[in-house]
Amino acid sequence: MSEQENRAAGRVAVLVDHLDGAVRPTALELLTLARGLGLEVHAVWVGYSAPSAELAAHGADAVHEVAVDGADAQLTASVVDALQTVLPAIGDVGLLLVPSTFEGREVAARLAVRTGAGVVTGASGVAFEDGRWTAHKSVLAGAWDTACAVTGPLAVVAVAPHAVQAVAQDGAAEPSVVRHTAEASAAARAVTVVSRTRRPTSERPPLAEAEVVVVGGRGVEGDFSGVEELADVLGGAVGATRVATDEGWIGHEAQVGQTGVTISPRLYVGLGVSGAVHHKGGMAASATVVAVNSDPDAPIFEFADYGIVGDLTEVLPALTAELRRRRG
Amino acid sequence: MRVVVCVKHVPDIQQPRSLRSDGLLVRGGDDDTLNELDEDAVEAGLRTAEAAGFPAEGHDVTVLTVGPSAAVESLRRGLAMGASTAVHVHDDAVAGSDAIATARVLAAAVAKLHAEQPVDVLVAGMAALDGLTSLVPAALAELLGWPQLTLADRIEVADGVVSVRRETSTDVEELTAPTPAVLSVTDQAFRARFPNFKGIMAARKKPVTTWTLADLDLAESAVGPAGSATRVVHAVERPERPDRVLVTGDAETVPALVDYLSQKGFA
Ligand SMILES: Cc1cc2nc3c(=O)[nH]c(=O)nc-3n(C[C@H](O)[C@H](O)[C@H](O)COP(=O)(O)OP(=O)(O)OC[C@H]3O[C@@H](n4cnc5c(N)ncnc54)[C@H](O)[C@@H]3O)c2cc1C
Repeated sequence: MSEQENRAAGRVAVLVDHLDGAVRPTALELLTLARGLGLEVHAVWVGYSAPSAELAAHGADAVHEVAVDGADAQLTASVVDALQTVLPAIGDVGLLLVPSTFEGREVAARLAVRTGAGVVTGASGVAFEDGRWTAHKSVLAGAWDTACAVTGPLAVVAVAPHAVQAVAQDGAAEPSVVRHTAEASAAARAVTVVSRTRRPTSERPPLAEAEVVVVGGRGVEGDFSGVEELADVLGGAVGATRVATDEGWIGHEAQVGQTGVTISPRLYVGLGVSGAVHHKGGMAASATVVAVNSDPDAPIFEFADYGIVGDLTEVLPALTAELRRRRG
Repeated sequence: MRVVVCVKHVPDIQQPRSLRSDGLLVRGGDDDTLNELDEDAVEAGLRTAEAAGFPAEGHDVTVLTVGPSAAVESLRRGLAMGASTAVHVHDDAVAGSDAIATARVLAAAVAKLHAEQPVDVLVAGMAALDGLTSLVPAALAELLGWPQLTLADRIEVADGVVSVRRETSTDVEELTAPTPAVLSVTDQAFRARFPNFKGIMAARKKPVTTWTLADLDLAESAVGPAGSATRVVHAVERPERPDRVLVTGDAETVPALVDYLSQKGFA
């Protein structure tokens, strides 16, 4: 970017998603993406004690910690209150990156109403083009590629996981850490958190963030053990179709699809999954799709990179065994 | 108890869908239908009102949509399920609005309904199956200045307080807020009832109120492309991938798949 364009593009802010004091992996992707834009990068951390060295290694030039006074800090409205305090303090922010989770998109929506910002969700990339921030995304279950320009004063882009790979840089300068306090808005104060219980976590990577996802569908006929084994060999997460979760073969949190978790792993393996459009909508951004299905007419073969028309009760154990064997 | 449910008329996702040269979704086909996820919102709205005594006098469930003429079909579906009244905001200037601009129109309509008879809860589905942004419920909460309780799978309203249970990606939460509040519901808990013949017949006689932007005191510049802070500048159908591999067989196919995976760096 030229000096002139740099000024027009402004600074980049990144909302850092975190859990129990640890940065979510997708936030490191967002910082890496921001760093690649060649502009000043400001990380926004709701709460105190951000791991500033880690944020700096991924691209943050400055870290802004913000406490929210008067409401639960995790509520969408509170996060928006935090951003509304921090963005003017940074000054000249042209682009805000948030994760394209339900929570991230809701933050984007409220901030857009308050500031007149334009929001693009589910973006796979963002660039300053023809004097405007433009986000790229695929739509209609992956069938179309679009570019969406933001015409408002601020671009809020909700970025899909794995749009870029997080890369830490050696020798990043110690970032400046600035502390802020935001007053909770009436919208945040109105909501009371009666209880909040952490959902049990598995040893495997979280579905939405996993680089490899192995999905079982109706074809597994109730037995997910083979799916889990393959996921473990590949270091991936286990996903399921709605049929499998509705049948109670696995918890609902494993559901991948338009109404379940949206995933964009580097590798998706579908076992006994037909590839219905509701399912496809949640995984169409997967980089490589491998499918095993006994029905040659299953829709998943229309978008699988590598398909095996075969019986998964034969293919799956053989696949797991062969992967293990080659690794020695 | 007054409940308003936002519904959207969308292209059927089972059918091929495409974008126009200006990047907007082609709408208005015969297969356009009520967004499936909004059926769950209607169900949630009906159950919430029923717990308070609906359909007796003094209770009301209104289905509300913003969209072209055909969108009235989605209102009829909501009425057939049991909603008592329907409002259709129909104005050509609204075409091409992005999610935030659409929320602006919905919010103005809800505010007008609220002024006529106070609304207790506003319910929306978790996403529209066309754009899949999930921006509208939170935007509505911000525009109306009402608390937001989204992605609920349990709803209770008592003494002017709404309680919901929801699952986030990490937690299970119970939240409360005073009415009026904006809710969205997941597709997990409110499996929609199927309209019966009586309901379908009754829906034909129920009133559908039509409002234009003028009825809502909204300027044309607040909606449509002019009122949207985003604009699609490029849209192309993704070409068929030429390099797909399809093999037939069982265990004997596995070594070749593992070769493929190792080429890609996974094995
Ligand atoms: C509003 C709405 C939202 C929805 N949201 C989602 C969603 O988010 N996610 C989702 O997944 N679904 C969703 N669905 C459901 C979706 O439409 C499909 O019904 C579902 O995805 C199908 O799951 P499946 O592929 O497991 O089952 P099926 O479609 O029944 O396919 C099973 C496949 O397994 C194959 N098979 C069977 N036995 C074997 C074997 N031994 N070896 C190899 N292959 C075998 C069969 O050939 C078949 O193709 C939604 C539906 C609605 C109405």
